[in-house]
Amino acid sequence: MRQILAAMLAGLMLAGSALASPGPEERMEDARLEARARALYDQLRCVVCQSQSIDDSNAPLAADLRAVVRERLLAGDSDAEVKAYLQDRYGDYVLMLPPVQGNTIALWLFPLVMLLGGGIAILVFVRGQRRALMAGDDTGEGDEARARALSDEEGLS
Amino acid sequence: MNRLFLFLPLALFAVMAAYFALGLRENPGEIPSQLIDRELPAFDLPPIQGHETGLASADLAGEVSLLNVFGSWCPPCAIEHPMLMQISRSGVVPIYGIDWKDPPGAGTRWLERNGNPYVRIGNDAEGRVAIDLGITGAPETFIIDRAGRVRYRHVGVITEEVWEGTLLPLVEHLQAEEMP
Amino acid sequence: MIAELGQFALILALMVALVQSVLTFVGVRTGDPAIHGFARAGSIAQFVLMLTAFACLTVLFAVSDFSVLVVAENSHTDKPFLYKLTGVWGNHEGSMLLWGLILTAYTAALALSAKPVEARLVSLTFAVQSLVTAAFTAFLLFTSNPFARLWPSPMNGQDLNPLLQDPGLASHPPMLYAGYVGFSITFSFAVAALIEGRVDARWARIVRPWALAAWSFLTVGIALGAAWAYYELGWGGWWAWDPVENASLMPWLAGTAFIHSLRVMEKRDTLKAWTILLALMTFSLSLAGTFLVRSGVLTSVHAFAVDPERGVFILGILIAVIGGSLALYGLRASHLKPTGVFSEVSRESTLLINNLFIGAACALVFFGTFYPLFITTVSDETITVGAPFFNATFNPMMGVLFILVPVSGMLAWKRGKLKPVLRKLMPALVAALAAGVLALWIADRTPIAGALGTALAMWVGIGVLIDIAQRLKLGDIPLKASLSRAINLPLGIWGMAVAHFGLAITVFAITGVSAWKQETSAFLMPGQSLQIAGYTVELDDVRRFDGANYVAEEGRFAISRGQRDLGELVAERRFYPVRQMSTTESAIRTRGTGDLYISFGEPSRERGWPVHVYIYPFAMWLWIGSAILTLGGVLSIADRGRRSLTARKTADTTDAAREVTS
Repeated sequence: MRQILAAMLAGLMLAGSALASPGPEERMEDARLEARARALYDQLRCVVCQSQSIDDSNAPLAADLRAVVRERLLAGDSDAEVKAYLQDRYGDYVLMLPPVQGNTIALWLFPLVMLLGGGIAILVFVRGQRRALMAGDDTGEGDEARARALSDEEGLS
Repeated sequence: MNRLFLFLPLALFAVMAAYFALGLRENPGEIPSQLIDRELPAFDLPPIQGHETGLASADLAGEVSLLNVFGSWCPPCAIEHPMLMQISRSGVVPIYGIDWKDPPGAGTRWLERNGNPYVRIGNDAEGRVAIDLGITGAPETFIIDRAGRVRYRHVGVITEEVWEGTLLPLVEHLQAEEMP
Repeated sequence: MIAELGQFALILALMVALVQSVLTFVGVRTGDPAIHGFARAGSIAQFVLMLTAFACLTVLFAVSDFSVLVVAENSHTDKPFLYKLTGVWGNHEGSMLLWGLILTAYTAALALSAKPVEARLVSLTFAVQSLVTAAFTAFLLFTSNPFARLWPSPMNGQDLNPLLQDPGLASHPPMLYAGYVGFSITFSFAVAALIEGRVDARWARIVRPWALAAWSFLTVGIALGAAWAYYELGWGGWWAWDPVENASLMPWLAGTAFIHSLRVMEKRDTLKAWTILLALMTFSLSLAGTFLVRSGVLTSVHAFAVDPERGVFILGILIAVIGGSLALYGLRASHLKPTGVFSEVSRESTLLINNLFIGAACALVFFGTFYPLFITTVSDETITVGAPFFNATFNPMMGVLFILVPVSGMLAWKRGKLKPVLRKLMPALVAALAAGVLALWIADRTPIAGALGTALAMWVGIGVLIDIAQRLKLGDIPLKASLSRAINLPLGIWGMAVAHFGLAITVFAITGVSAWKQETSAFLMPGQSLQIAGYTVELDDVRRFDGANYVAEEGRFAISRGQRDLGELVAERRFYPVRQMSTTESAIRTRGTGDLYISFGEPSRERGWPVHVYIYPFAMWLWIGSAILTLGGVLSIADRGRRSLTARKTADTTDAAREVTS
C-alpha cells in the first residue's frame, strides 16, 4: 500500500519542473491580490507533498491549487473564504496552521501550560530553598564562600 | 510526593510509546475524504479526444456507480487497469472515468492500447474537478449511490482483495438499498 | 566477498557488544579490578569491527558492486567518484551503519582518554554504551542490512537522488550524527551515575567536554543542513519545520539546556536530578528522532523508504532504552541530593529560567511534530501542524528568552543583585531600541518582526560586550591589568561570551533573511532583464552541456546596479536521466549586506526562460553566526575548570574528605 502511494507521488513529481515557488506566469496583475495570493500559498498545504506549503512545492497538484487560489481571489473571495473553499474539499489537513477547534485546543494551549507549569515548579523549588538560604554559612559546607570564590574567578566584582 | 514526580517522565513516555505503537498502523500521508455521505459535487466535463460524449455529475444519478480518476501518465493506473476491465465485463456496476491532467489525445491513446472499461469519460485537463473531489493522486475511486451521494473512496490500486473484500460488498449493499 | 566480510564484522560487533555489556555489569558488581581494562579493550574492538564493516561498504560503493542491494539502489557507474563515496550514507542502511560507526568511535575515544579516576563510573558507562551499541547493531543486522545481496545483479544502478549529489551531503550527515551520537556518552554516564546512586562535581567535570563536543557537532550539523537547503533547493529556503528538521532541533534544544544545567551542577552542586534527566532526554530525543523518521510514523521530505516491520523493531529499541533509563531514573534519582542553594535572584535561577524556556520550546516542537499522529490514532481526522504554527509559538518564546541572556551572564552566583546589572546594561538597551527604531523606519515590509529581531540581536550582542568589559574592568583599571584579567578569565567564560555573541549575529541574520527578503520573477529571452532592489539582472545567454551523469542548461546573467557593472553570475538547470529528476543550481552573489540569488526554470518557446531573483539580506551572517556559536562551544571544552586560589584549599580538603568516606 505504501509503495503504491510512493509510486503515485513519484508519478506526480515526474511531471514537475525543478523550480519551486510560483513561476512568473502565475503572477497576478493586481499587486494587492498578488500579495494576498502569496500569503495564502504559505498557509495552504500541498496535499500530496510531505509537509510543504503550495508556495514551496513543485508538484503539479500544488500548481493547480495555486491556480484555484487565484481564481477564488479574482472571484472576490476573502482570505478566509479561499481557505474555507479548500478546507471544504480537503479538510483541516490543507491548512498549515491548525485551526483553533475542539481537537486542537490542547496543541494551542500547550505552550502556555508548559511555561506556567514549569514556572510554578521553579518558584516552588527556589522558594523552598529559603530556609537553607537564611541559615547562611552555618550549614558548615562553605557554600557562601565557594559561591563568592566562583564569582570572583569569573571576574564578577 | 517528590518520588512520584520522578516517575512522571516515564509515565509520559509510556503514553507517547502507546501512541507511536498505534501510529505504526496508520498511513500518515492518507487523508480522509471530505465527500463521504455528501452529494457528488456538480461538474460537467467535455469528452476526451475521439469521443463524442463527456461526463457530467448528473449522469451518475439513478444507479450505484464507480467513479475512477486516472491518467495515462500514472503507473499504478496501468497496474489497476486489468481489474477495472474485469469489473466492467462482469457488468456488476458501471464505471465512469475522469481523465485527469492528460495532454490532448494521451488518454484516448492509452485506452485504445489497454482497453476502455468506462461507460463515459470526462476530460479534466485543468484539474479543477479533481480538486472539487479532493483528489490527492491517481488512481482514486469513488462509490456513488443511487441518490448521487458519495459513499466511499478508495485511494490507490483496486486489487482483487480490495474488490472482493471491500468494494463489491458495499456496491451490492447499496444496490439493495431503497431509493430514499 | 567484501560484502560477506562486512556482514561478518557486523555480526562480530554485535556479539562483542553484548558480551562486553553483560560481563562489565557483572564485573562491576563483583568489584573485579580487571574489568576496567577489559571494558576499554572491548570498546576498541567494537570500533575496529564497525570500521571494518563501514570500510567494506565504502569499497562496495567505490567499485560500484551492483550485486549489493543498496549499491544498486543508490549508485551508478557515471556518478562522480566523490558522490559514490558520500552515497555510502545517502540511504537508510548506509546511514545507520555510519551512526553505528560514530557510536563505537565515541566509545573508543572514551576508552583512549579515560583517566583511572572514577574507574567504576567509567566501567559502568562502557557497559551501558555497549548495550546501546548491541541494540543498534541488532537493528542493522535484522532490519536494515547494508550488505544484503541482489540477485540477479543489474548492469547498472539507479543512481543517487540528484538532490543528494552535492558537497552538503558529504558533510551534513556525519556532523549531525557526530552530534546526536555524542550524546550517547553523556546518556551512558547519566545511567551509570543513577546505578551508582551519586552524582557530583567530578561527574560533571568528566561529562562536560563530551556534552560540549556533541553539542558543537550538532550545531554544525544543523547549520550545514540549513546551508545545504539554502544553496541547493533553488529558492533560498533554509528551515521549513519539517519533521526531520524538528527531529534534529529537539536534541539540540535539550542539549543546550543540558550544557547550561551542567554548569550549575558542576559549580554549585545543585540541580542534580534535573541535569541527569536532561542527559537522558537529550539522547532519547536523538534516538527517537533518528528512528521515527524511518519508521513510517511521520512523513517528511527527508523520508527514507518506509518499512512497517522496521517500525516495530524501532519502537522496541525506544522502549528498552528510553523506558529503561526513565524507569531507573524514577527509582534512583531521589538519591541525588543537592548541597548548594541559591536565592531567587542569582545566576542559578536565571539558568533555571533558561532551562524552562528551552525545555518548553523543545516540548513544543515535540508536541507540534507528533500532534497530527496523535489525532489520527484517536479519530478519523487529520490536521497539519506546519511552519506558521511553529513561527507563531516558538519564535515568541525564544524572543523572551533572549531578553534574559545578557542579564544572566552578569549576575553573581548564589546571591545576585538585579538593579546594578540592569544599570550596567543600559547602553545595550539604548542601542537595542535605537536599532529597532532604525529597522522599523528603513524596512518596507514586515517592519515589526524586523524591528523586534534587530532589537533583540542588538540587546544580546552589546550586552555580551558589556559583560566582558565588566569582567575585565575595562576603563576602571589600566589596560595592562585588564589584559591580565582577560588571560586569567576561565575559558568557559570566553566560550559563553563567544557563543552568545554568535547567537546574536545568527538572530540578526535570521531576521534579515526572513523579514526583509524580496523576490521577483519574469520570463526572459536572452537580452532581456528584470529589476529588483536597484539591481538589474539581464539574461545574456543559455547554453547546453553534458555533465558526468546529467545534462544541463547553463544560464549566464549580467548583474548591474545603476551604471556599475557588477559582473556575471551563472546558474544551471540539470536533468539526471537515470533518476528522471531535475535540480537547479542557483547563482548566488554573496556580500556582507546580503545575497542576490538567481535560479531559472523550464523554458517556454514563446516566452523564454522563467527567471526567479531573490534578495536575502544578511544571509551570509547565518553561517558566520552559526560558526561563531559553535566556536563558543569548542572554546568551553578546553576549560580546565581551574579554581581561584582562595577556594582551592578549602575545596580540596572537602573533596579529599569525601573520597575517603565514599
